[in-house]
Amino acid sequence: MPIEILMPALSPTMEEGNLSKWLKNEGDKIVAGDVIAEIETDKATMEVEAVDEGTLAKIVVPAGTEGVKVNAVIAVLAVDGEDVDKAGEGIGEEEPAKAEAAPAPAAAKSEAAAPVAAAPKTEVAADPDIPAGTEMVSTTVREALRDAMAEEMRRDGDVFVMGEEVAEYQGAYKITQGLLQEFGPRRVVDTPITEHGFAGVGVGAAMAGLKPIVEFMTFNFAMQAIDQIINSAAKTLYMSGGQMGAPIVFRGPNGAAARVAAQHSQCYAAWYSHIPGLKVVMPYTAADAKGLLKAAIRDPNPVIFLENEILYGHSFEVPKLDDFVLPIGKARIHKQGKDVTLVSFGIGMTYAVKAEAELRGMGIDAEIIDLRTIRPLDFDTIIASVKKTNRLVVVEEGFPQNSVGDHIANQVSQRAFDFLDAPVITIAGKDVPMPYAANLEKLALPNVGEVVEAVKAVTYR
Amino acid sequence: MATAAKKAPAKSRSDKQPNLSAPKPADFTKEEELSAYRHMLLIRRFEEKAGQLYGMGFIGGFCHLYIGQEAVVTGMKMALVEGDQMITAYRDHGHMLAMELSPRGVMAELTGRRGGLSKGKGGSMHMFSKEKHFYGGHGIVGAQVSLGTGLAFANRYRDNKNVTLTYFGDGAANQGQVYESFNMASLWKLPVIYIIENNRYAMGTSVSRSSAETDFSHRGASFKIPGIQVDGMDVRAVKSAAELATEWCRAGNGPLILEMQTYRYRGHSMSDPAKYRSKEEVQKMRSEHDPIEQVRVRLLDKKWASEDELKAVDKEVRDVVADAAEFAQNDAEPDPSELWTDIVL
Repeated sequence: MPIEILMPALSPTMEEGNLSKWLKNEGDKIVAGDVIAEIETDKATMEVEAVDEGTLAKIVVPAGTEGVKVNAVIAVLAVDGEDVDKAGEGIGEEEPAKAEAAPAPAAAKSEAAAPVAAAPKTEVAADPDIPAGTEMVSTTVREALRDAMAEEMRRDGDVFVMGEEVAEYQGAYKITQGLLQEFGPRRVVDTPITEHGFAGVGVGAAMAGLKPIVEFMTFNFAMQAIDQIINSAAKTLYMSGGQMGAPIVFRGPNGAAARVAAQHSQCYAAWYSHIPGLKVVMPYTAADAKGLLKAAIRDPNPVIFLENEILYGHSFEVPKLDDFVLPIGKARIHKQGKDVTLVSFGIGMTYAVKAEAELRGMGIDAEIIDLRTIRPLDFDTIIASVKKTNRLVVVEEGFPQNSVGDHIANQVSQRAFDFLDAPVITIAGKDVPMPYAANLEKLALPNVGEVVEAVKAVTYR
Repeated sequence: MATAAKKAPAKSRSDKQPNLSAPKPADFTKEEELSAYRHMLLIRRFEEKAGQLYGMGFIGGFCHLYIGQEAVVTGMKMALVEGDQMITAYRDHGHMLAMELSPRGVMAELTGRRGGLSKGKGGSMHMFSKEKHFYGGHGIVGAQVSLGTGLAFANRYRDNKNVTLTYFGDGAANQGQVYESFNMASLWKLPVIYIIENNRYAMGTSVSRSSAETDFSHRGASFKIPGIQVDGMDVRAVKSAAELATEWCRAGNGPLILEMQTYRYRGHSMSDPAKYRSKEEVQKMRSEHDPIEQVRVRLLDKKWASEDELKAVDKEVRDVVADAAEFAQNDAEPDPSELWTDIVL
C-alpha cells in the first residue's frame, strides 16, 4: 500500500497552513528524517520531515498552495517494490474534495484543537469611532497588532519592543514579524528567558521616560513578573505623588490556546483589572486590536494588553486610515438588539456572537456589547443597554470566582436594579484547572449552548 | 571595614572576567574632607531625629535608619555628574539626602504630610525626585535592581553617557531577579554600577547564614561582571572606587559590582530589637570604624579644622535637621481629595 503523507499540525492552534515549497521531486528516493517540504503554519515556517522510506510517487498539493487543511493528503510515497507510477493513481483527482471534507480523524482533531471555530456572519454595528465611508481592509489580528507597533515606532523614537524571540525569531507568534528589519536591534530587543528581570528593566526604562512595549510570550509567564507589573509599574505614580509613572505596555497572548493544559491556559483579565494604576485592554476584533494597541502605546500609564492566540489568525475589517487610534475605556456595541444584553470581551465574544445567531433564529434579538477595555470598565454603555433590554448575560473564559462578570453583575445590581427583569447570569470557564484531554478541555470552556440557555432563562423562554 | 582595606585588595578572577583591583583610598583635599564630614553628619543627625520622631508617634509604619552606613552614599555621590541616576531599596533616607533632596521634603514624607516629597502618599520607603534623578525608594527587596538596570538601559538607548547607581543589600543579593538583571546588563553592556551594601545582616539573618558565597564582589562571576570589595566605612575608599566604576561604565565597558563592606548601628527597622548580634560587636564597629569619626580625626590631625570649627558645622547641621523636623511635625496632612489623585494620568 502506498503511504499517504498528510499535512501536519505543527502548532497548537494550527487548523490549516500554506505549502510553501517542496524540497523533493516526484521520483526521488526518501529516507526517514529527510526534509521533504516547507510549510507555513500560523506561527512559523516549518520543515516537514519524512517518517517513512520509499519513493516520492506523487505530489498532490503543489508548492504555493494556501490554506491546506491539517491532515489533507499532500503527497504519496511508494514503498519498496511498489510501482511508483501507479502509487499515486487517482489520489490527485479526488484531492480537492478530500481537502474540503477532511477525513474523520482530522475533523475530530481540528474541532478539539479549536473549540471556537470561525464565527457565523453577524451584522456588526458601525463603530462610531470609524468615520462613515472609510475603506475597510480584511486584516488578521496578528497583522493588526504588528501594524500598530510599527506605526507607533515610526512615530516616536522612544517606543521600543522587548521580549523573548521578538527580534531575530520574528516573534514566537509572529506578532513582531519584520520589526527587526525595519527598526534594528536597538529598538527590537531580544531578551533572555527572564520575565521577572526584563519586566523590571522595562519599567525602569519607562520611569526614565522611554515607552517600552514588553512582549510576554504568553501571559502565563508574566506571573514570574507580576511583582514588577503591580508593585513597580502600577503604583509608582501614586507613591511618587504624581512625579513619575511608567508609560509601558505589557502585551502578549492570554487565556486558553488549544490543548496546552493548565499552566498555559489562564485568563488574567480579572487579575489585572483588580489593580488601581493599571489599564487593562482585551480586544476581540483586528480593528480594536490595532486602534487600542496604538492608544496603549501612547498612554502615559502602564497598560496590560491581553491578546489571544486563537484570535491571532482571525480576519476582520480594519479601517484604512493613516492614524487609527481608539479610546481606551470605551465599550463597543457589536450588534444592536432589544431583548437581552450580552456582554463579553476578547475570545469570549466568539461565544456571544454565535449564540446571537442562534437566538435570532428563535426570535430573540440580542444586543452584544464588546467591552474591549476591562479597566476602566465602561459601565455607562452596559447600564444604558440594560435599561433598554432589562436582561443581562456576561460571557468570559476566565475562572468564575471574582470574575469580570461577577463585578459587572454586582455593579448592575447596585446601579440598575429596578431595570432588571431577571437575575444577571454570568458564564465563565469552569472552576477547574484547564485539562489536557480534548473532551475535558471542551467541557472546561464556556460553550454557545450555555449562552443560549442563559438567554432563554433571563427571557423566560 | 578597615580590615578589608588592609587585605590584599585584588582578588583573582576567572580568565573570562576582567580583573579589576580595588583602588587605593583617594587623597582628599581639605575641602573634600569637610564636605564629606558635613554630608555624613547631616545623614547621621537626620536619622537620629527620624528615630526620635518615630518614638514620638510622628512617623508610622516601617522606618529603616541608615546610621553607620553614611560613607557609602556620600563617597559614591562625589563621583557623579549631572544626569547620573540613583535607585535603592527602603533604607533610603541617606541616599536622598546625598542626592540633595530637601531635608524638609524627606522628613515631611516620613510624617505623612502634604509637603512631603510624595505628598505624603509614599512614606519612608517610597520617595522619588525626577528633578534630582532619584528613582526611589522601593519596598520590595530586589525589585530596584531590575528597575535600575532599566534606567541604565535608557541611558544606553539615548547614548547619553550617564550611569545608574543601583544599590541593594546583602539580603537582596540572593533574589533571583538580581541575576536576571546582571545577565542582561552584561549582555547589553549597560552603564550600571551595582552597589551591594553588605551590612552583614539581612534583617536578622547574618551573611554567613544566608549566603553560600559571602564575597559579594564575586556575585557577577557567571556574567563576566567584575567586582571589587570596598571598605564602606572609609569615605575615601568609597570615592576612589566610585571614580573607577563611573569611568568604567562611561567608557562603555558595561556593569560593575562594588561590594561595600559596611555596618548599620541600629536594628533593621525601628521595631527590630537586633538580638541576632552582640552589643560588643556593634560597639566595636562604632568605636573603631565609624565613618564620621574617621574624617573628624583626620581633619583635626591635619589641622584642617579646629574643634570649634567642627562644632560650628555640627550646629549648622543640627539647625537644618531641626528645621526639617519642625516643618514635618507642623505641616498639614494631605487634603482628603489627594486619595484619588495620581492613580492614572
